[in-house]
Amino acid sequence: MSAPDPKHPARRVRALSLFAVGEPWIWLTNAALVLCVSMIVGLVGLVLVEGASTFWPTDGVRLRLLDGSVVIGEVTRSELHAPTDVAIREQVGEAHVAQAREKIAAAGGEARRDLVRIGNYEVTGEHFRWVSDFNVAERGAPKDLVVFERVTWGRFYGTPVRFERAGVKTADGTEDAWRAFEEAHPGCRERLETRRRLERVDLGRVNHALSEARLTLRRAEIRAGGVASEADQAAWRTRTAELEAEATRIRDRIVAIDKENDGWVVIMRIADGKEVPIRVADVVRAYRPNTLDTAGRLGVLVSRWREFLLDEPREANSEGGVWPAIFGTVVMTLLMSIVVVPIGVLAALYLREYAKAGVVTSSVRIAVNNLAGVPSIVFGVFGLGFFCYTVGASIDQLLFAEKLPNPTFGTGGILWSALTLALMTLPVVIVATEEALAAVPSSMREGSYACGASKWQTIRRIVLPKALPGIMTGAILAMARGAGEVAPLMLVGAVKLAPELPVDGIFPYVHFERSFMHLGFHVYDLGFQSPNSEAAKPMVYTTTLLLILVIVTLNLAAIRIRTSLRRRYAGGQF
Amino acid sequence: MAAFGPSTAQPAPGAPEIHAAVANEEAVLDIDGFSLWYGAARALWDISMRIPRGKVTALIGPSGCGKSTLLRSVNRLNDLIDGVRIEGDMRLNGDSIYDRAVDVIELRKRMGMVFQKSNPFPMSIYENVVYPLRIDGVTDKRVLDEVCERSLRGAAIWDEVKDRLQTSGLSLSGGQQQRLCIARAIAAEPEVLLMDEPCSALDPIATGRVEDLIADLKGSYTVLIVTHNMQQASRSSDYTAFMYLGRLVEYGPTDDIFMRPHRKETEDYVSGRFG
Ligand SMILES: Nc1ncnc2c1ncn2[C@@H]1O[C@H](COP(=O)(O)OP(=O)(O)OP(=O)(O)O)[C@@H](O)[C@H]1O
Ligand SMILES: [Mg+2]
Repeated sequence: MSAPDPKHPARRVRALSLFAVGEPWIWLTNAALVLCVSMIVGLVGLVLVEGASTFWPTDGVRLRLLDGSVVIGEVTRSELHAPTDVAIREQVGEAHVAQAREKIAAAGGEARRDLVRIGNYEVTGEHFRWVSDFNVAERGAPKDLVVFERVTWGRFYGTPVRFERAGVKTADGTEDAWRAFEEAHPGCRERLETRRRLERVDLGRVNHALSEARLTLRRAEIRAGGVASEADQAAWRTRTAELEAEATRIRDRIVAIDKENDGWVVIMRIADGKEVPIRVADVVRAYRPNTLDTAGRLGVLVSRWREFLLDEPREANSEGGVWPAIFGTVVMTLLMSIVVVPIGVLAALYLREYAKAGVVTSSVRIAVNNLAGVPSIVFGVFGLGFFCYTVGASIDQLLFAEKLPNPTFGTGGILWSALTLALMTLPVVIVATEEALAAVPSSMREGSYACGASKWQTIRRIVLPKALPGIMTGAILAMARGAGEVAPLMLVGAVKLAPELPVDGIFPYVHFERSFMHLGFHVYDLGFQSPNSEAAKPMVYTTTLLLILVIVTLNLAAIRIRTSLRRRYAGGQF
Repeated sequence: MAAFGPSTAQPAPGAPEIHAAVANEEAVLDIDGFSLWYGAARALWDISMRIPRGKVTALIGPSGCGKSTLLRSVNRLNDLIDGVRIEGDMRLNGDSIYDRAVDVIELRKRMGMVFQKSNPFPMSIYENVVYPLRIDGVTDKRVLDEVCERSLRGAAIWDEVKDRLQTSGLSLSGGQQQRLCIARAIAAEPEVLLMDEPCSALDPIATGRVEDLIADLKGSYTVLIVTHNMQQASRSSDYTAFMYLGRLVEYGPTDDIFMRPHRKETEDYVSGRFG
């Protein structure tokens, strides 16, 4: 173009240094992300794989050992080990040591051992048994092997021999007995369900009415200052007699059903050749694992998941379902959110919009932030001391005096749990709301004031809608934190087995004072308190998976609300 | 008066040059010895000027001279900023604006304001426009619809948004947002319209239509407009005030300010020789 300008010599373009381009920082941020993702994927993946495989029906095995005894059951897991001489001798007995050694040598010095679920607890006294492969003389998968999942005593493995109806043999031989069982099973289960309803619903209602009657009398006594009037006592007596009569009628029906069900029995041959009678009604689910095709297995899987999701637990929580825990978790979390979100948002509104900036405001803010760092168990202790023993006890004194000394609100319950967790998650909501409020541009507020809006109108119509997505984020975080929390709940109301749900058909329908089951606590209970820990272990994963799913579902719902709010109010600027 | 403020190095204040023609007009807004401090920094120095009723008055001056500050003082928006202190007074139709007894909200309802940076609310276009009526408790759909259309037409944006009144105001382009804010400012038919560089983000066509709007408003409304655009000031205003370093320098009929300014600074500024 033109001659070079001496004042501005053309500068050569130099390649930028690596650090100026920022490549190392990109790697660093990338590595951090990869680390986070792999940890999360690892955890969730483990829970997912273990949890999802729990209910898949595996093959049944029949193992004849070197000493001629037989083991039948399901292999739950296997591991390799290098057996010691002592262990070999102990397992196979002196007579077969040489044979076992040969087998081990053939396998290259290593031995596999299978953990076999042998069930039949009432006979064997254990649920599981390790069997080393050098001890196995013959391994088979008999087609006629039947798995029973029972109401009590856990699983049962055996082969049907006969079927009896009221003490009379009606079917003989494996095939016929199995067919007879399959025919009889639904009817027996139906009767059992009727019986359960009678016991839980009808008898429950009568018992409730009975205690109501007693409380009415007690109230009359308290009013009269000692002894209730003759009329009150007479009323109580007639009412009680009426109810007792009804209870007897219901009990009679239950006894009749039991008697009927006692008559349906399948005789099973177990591993050691003994015959054991099994009440058909005691069987929750029965299948022949070695004859199942994929569809059949899927059927068992679905049926187990159904039971898991919709039924109550049995066998010390290691079998059956977790419906009460799901229900308790969801109700408690929602209750907590209903309490914490409005309080937190209002507090943050005052702090950010109305309070004068100064020492007091800053101290409050610091205090709130530090509240987030207090260990959750401390909140549990506080909840127990304050909500249960102080507030609850006062409520009992005022409103439920007739039930004392039995506490109503004066002990752990779903309401106190929700309030305790609300207190715990309050900082999350307050901090998130404050951030969201601070992020509302002042030009918007000024625009509103310039239109002649009052401060409250500006907050309600401009600031809150604009901050709502941010506030929702806080609510979501609080909800996730609250739903997964266990420690404080152990003190203020979560129990191993709640007799009743917090919501039911008896007036006033919602019972905030009741203790409840919680998935998180259930995980702890299964993992560390279960008498049958081998059987409970897969349930730990499944329950954890479920807890994660519940939290994800709650969060997704909240996120959906947030997205629709965003869409309603936003759109990119420029 | 100025003695109360922290003394900063300022050129010796000559008395502002106020042309006789202004004094003959009936004033709707009377600014009387008004000074303002942001904390310790003084932004306005003893400003006295009368804004004539039903006319368009332009405020011009270099960046940072206090035009926005003066405009925001008229509807007391500066109350919201911490550490602002004022002296002197303003009067709207003879009533003090800064009196203790004044209801600020009522006061602001009598004025509309368009900001230097567009600031639509996080709500639909429709709700943005009728916002001043909503906060007054107007719920009659017919009235609201009518006001919405009239205001949007007035702000020269009706044709662009008439099919999407329910979409968010934040989804508009920058220039559209500014016109939306103009529509909002005129929705409640204020006595005084305060406009802080309303056209800085607009293309020439939209600017022309806003100027048409200002011309339409003239007579029934009083318009106080800040602008950096000399052509705009000379085209659409009746009176022009030139401010410099927080002081009013010269104030008179627009033609006089642009053609026959009395002060050297004014002449330099309007002829572009300022600097
Ligand atoms: N909120 C505030 N706090 C402190 N000082 C401020 C504030 N707003 C404005 N100022 C100061 O007041 C003076 C006048 O500002 P103002 O915004 O009124 O200028 P302006 O004439 O509108 O300029 P422009 O043409 O660039 O918009 C400037 O020196 C500015 O720094
Ligand atoms: Mg400005």
